[in-house]
Amino acid sequence: MTDVVLKNRRMAGMVAGVVVGMVGLAYASVPLYDLFCKVTGYGGTTQRAEMVSGQATDRDIKVRFAANVHRDMPWDFKPQQVSQKLKVGEQGLAYFEAHNPTNKRIIGTATYNVAPHKAGTYFAKIDCFCFTEQVLEPGESVVMPVVYFIDPLIEEDRNLNEVTEVTLSYTFFVMDDEDAETLTGR
Amino acid sequence: MAHGNPTGWKRWLFSTNHKDIGVMYLWFAFIAGMIGFGMSGLIRMELMEPGIQVIPSVFGMNDEQARHMFNVLTTGHGLIMVFFMVMPALIGGFGNYFVPLMIGAPDMAFPRMNNISFWLMPPAFILLLLSTFVEGPSGMNGFGGGWTAYAPLSTSGHPGPSMDLAIFSLHVAGASSIMGAINYITTIFNMRAPGMTLHKMPLFSWSILITAFLLVLSLPVLAGAITMLLTDRNFGTTFFDPAGGGDPVLFQHLFWFFGHPEVYIMILPAFGIVSHIISTFSKKPIFGYLGMAYAMAAIGFIGFVVWAHHMYTVGLDVDTKAYFVAATMVIAVPTGVKIFSWIATMWGGSLRFTVPMMYAIAFILLFTLGGVTGVVLSNAGADVALHDTYYVVAHFHYVLSLGAVFAIFAGLYYWIGKMSGKQYPEFLAKVQFWITFIGVNMIFFPQHFLGLQGMPRRYVDYPDAFAYWNWVSSWGYLVTLVGVMLFIVVMAMTLFKRKKDVADNPWGEGATTLEWTLSSPPPFHQFNELPQIK
Repeated sequence: MTDVVLKNRRMAGMVAGVVVGMVGLAYASVPLYDLFCKVTGYGGTTQRAEMVSGQATDRDIKVRFAANVHRDMPWDFKPQQVSQKLKVGEQGLAYFEAHNPTNKRIIGTATYNVAPHKAGTYFAKIDCFCFTEQVLEPGESVVMPVVYFIDPLIEEDRNLNEVTEVTLSYTFFVMDDEDAETLTGR
Repeated sequence: MAHGNPTGWKRWLFSTNHKDIGVMYLWFAFIAGMIGFGMSGLIRMELMEPGIQVIPSVFGMNDEQARHMFNVLTTGHGLIMVFFMVMPALIGGFGNYFVPLMIGAPDMAFPRMNNISFWLMPPAFILLLLSTFVEGPSGMNGFGGGWTAYAPLSTSGHPGPSMDLAIFSLHVAGASSIMGAINYITTIFNMRAPGMTLHKMPLFSWSILITAFLLVLSLPVLAGAITMLLTDRNFGTTFFDPAGGGDPVLFQHLFWFFGHPEVYIMILPAFGIVSHIISTFSKKPIFGYLGMAYAMAAIGFIGFVVWAHHMYTVGLDVDTKAYFVAATMVIAVPTGVKIFSWIATMWGGSLRFTVPMMYAIAFILLFTLGGVTGVVLSNAGADVALHDTYYVVAHFHYVLSLGAVFAIFAGLYYWIGKMSGKQYPEFLAKVQFWITFIGVNMIFFPQHFLGLQGMPRRYVDYPDAFAYWNWVSSWGYLVTLVGVMLFIVVMAMTLFKRKKDVADNPWGEGATTLEWTLSSPPPFHQFNELPQIK
């Protein structure tokens, strides 16, 4: 009898280990998912580059710009140009402006993606205001640049043959302000 | 084995006996099922005609509150039926009662853990019911975000404590199921009678073993995901909040990594029960026994790699969708093996159309129908049009409400004589079957039409164009209500009989598993001397 009890306990221990492992995997999936999106451009996650790579081709791409703010974010945020037309592999420069109409200092951070999502892998940013937090003093306005290019590798992906237009979208969130408690509703 | 026979309330509260615990699970599932069924009644009555009329008058609410209340009802109905009706009945109820009997074991491996598993269920259920009485969205009560509880509706959309209570409820119910699963795996691996190899084990035990593995691998992921919801809601983490670098779609991935195996958790034990019944009333061993066992294993395995077919509309790229379409369709192969084997078992058999057999055959028919619409929905292209319409509602009710629930009815009629020592009244039970069969089909078949016409789910109201089939569907509910009432009458007539009237094996030749070698009802402690299996 004790033999069976011992065997049972060992078995239960092993299965309990699997349970703990699966909880661990659920949490491990958070950074893994993040990494996966960055590497594959999943969900329209854009890429980061140091400089333009590859040869420019003569395919035209129209890049449209969208600017949004979270509902708790009081900033006025808009792109200075509706769209830009450029060649694949050509470096583009776009400007966004943000204005803090409140009498508080607000730190914001922007999330971003491109639509269609499948273009995310080929949309590379060299410099972007979204790489860092932005601080706006009361009443301050800033103009923020984005330096980007469309990776010429896009020509080799037949899934993107029909893509002539890509929308780059930003959403600004409140990171911190003088009374974050009331603003974010937490 | 020097246990006494405890009596009175101690017998139940302190129970370590697998049969008593199984019976308690069945009663629990019955009570929860009635509440869940009542909620679906409110839903169907509200949808009987266009406009918002029933919920405001029943609960004394304005339209705005009634819209939310409708979603609370659908959420509650889903959670209750999944976690507090089907799972306790099939896994906790029939599993506890019959797995030890079938494999020739004296009890479960951990009888006291079994007690905890059961007694965690009522508090979990109470927590869920409580959540409908406290604030969810500001100014309204209850959580109305669906059983899937997608972020951000479940995080920033419901600031009140209602969602927190629902999360705790799922934590507790999940802990109960995980302990139950550990118990089944240990029991089935270590406590089989001498000679009972895995390849001789009855298919119901196989189904519970595979289900237990699915539970152990999938439930912790749900536990993790809802814990993240909880910390996102209360402690400022941002797992699913883009403001802090999170992604709401991650919640959907985590949820469905649990959610898809969960549907097999609900249906595999049903497969096991149906196999026994088909074999018994065909007086033939099941056709392709090993194929049946490994088909279940294959379904369980593939069930883990198809989850994103619930998420075709979140913006997956075309290659990912292609994979999930193909993987999903592959499940139809082992499922087809099972359907084929059941039919092949009946082929040339000496069929007896008792009530459990009628329910089992209806199960095969209706489950296949639900399976076919499932293959339709597995196509990413078709799904984009049908996503979140009544076509999906019809699909999963055909496999669960008409599949899993019919298997519960089948198992109950099959084993009620064994469990209580009293046989059900055959004629009245047949009437009960036909009324229920007609009722549920009347509810859910028209919902295919509504879905194809584009009626979305989870809305309290609809345009007049959808009125006709909604009206038919709601009348179907009333027919089913008669069937359920009659079910209660049939069960009462059975259980209130004065004399026990069931032989050890009332079904005769075809019933070959070990539970039929014992008396009806079985002794409080069985197999003190382990049976030898040749």
